[in-house]
Amino acid sequence: MMDDICAHITDIVANSISAGAKKISVSIEMSKSRNILSLKITDNGKGMDKETAAKVIDPFYSTKTGRKVGLGIPLLKGTAETCGGGFALNSNEGTGTEIEAFFLLDHPDLPPLGKLKDTILISSVSNPEVNFSFDIKTDDRNFLFDTEEINKILDGLPINDPEVMKFFTKYLDENLEFI
Amino acid sequence: MKLEDLKKIRENASREIELRQKQARIKIVVGMGTSGIAAGAREVLKTFLDEIATHNLTDVMVTQTGEKGLASHEPMIEVHEEGKEVVVYGNIDPAKAKRIIAEHIINHNPVSEYMIEVK
Repeated sequence: MMDDICAHITDIVANSISAGAKKISVSIEMSKSRNILSLKITDNGKGMDKETAAKVIDPFYSTKTGRKVGLGIPLLKGTAETCGGGFALNSNEGTGTEIEAFFLLDHPDLPPLGKLKDTILISSVSNPEVNFSFDIKTDDRNFLFDTEEINKILDGLPINDPEVMKFFTKYLDENLEFI
Repeated sequence: MKLEDLKKIRENASREIELRQKQARIKIVVGMGTSGIAAGAREVLKTFLDEIATHNLTDVMVTQTGEKGLASHEPMIEVHEEGKEVVVYGNIDPAKAKRIIAEHIINHNPVSEYMIEVK
């Protein structure tokens, strides 16, 4: 159902937005030396109590009784566990949610990473009221895209202005070549 | 290319552009729940952004929302325009998104073939 890792990221980010998050941090680490792809998404949304947190992980929790969060969380957990990795969800009501997943990089069932540049662009530009940070790491490289820093430079010019979007497309192309 | 290069764009932008965008004339909302993403909503959203940049549509903004509750019609989008009814489009792909930009957004003729609801 989810074609690539970026689809999972977009989906979890959509949950964070639905939870009213104003700050969402995504970190992705691809380490060939440790044979691991790890993913961490942290938000400052409304969070969940223990009971709700347990329910959103369960794919069989009924959608008919008002499931507000999609199947994205059980799908990500499933992909991580299929790929020799693991999954963890920590949430506190009122302060936010943190989701971590890791995968073995050489696992034959690991989906492709997908279009990371588009994922960063889409999230940042279509949620201008949310601050995003995307932290991308490999064994020897690191790239940080932080919209709080960007908005300071933009000084009132909207992040979804056409010229700004054109800039991001080129900027992300150049700076994420190492992925 | 450095983030510093954004300063030039900032300096070149007129206050007028800034103001127009803050009161976006049209808002396109893309359903980005799990079923929307699985059906191709990411590509649709990206197409809208590309078209807005290409046509320099400074008064149109794209936002995303969660589940729309009609999984069989995903990807779904809504067009919100000030003083008009909300138009809901279903089963959208990048080609259809381009047509919505050209006909509905630029020429003010909603594309009736793709409409599933007007509210």
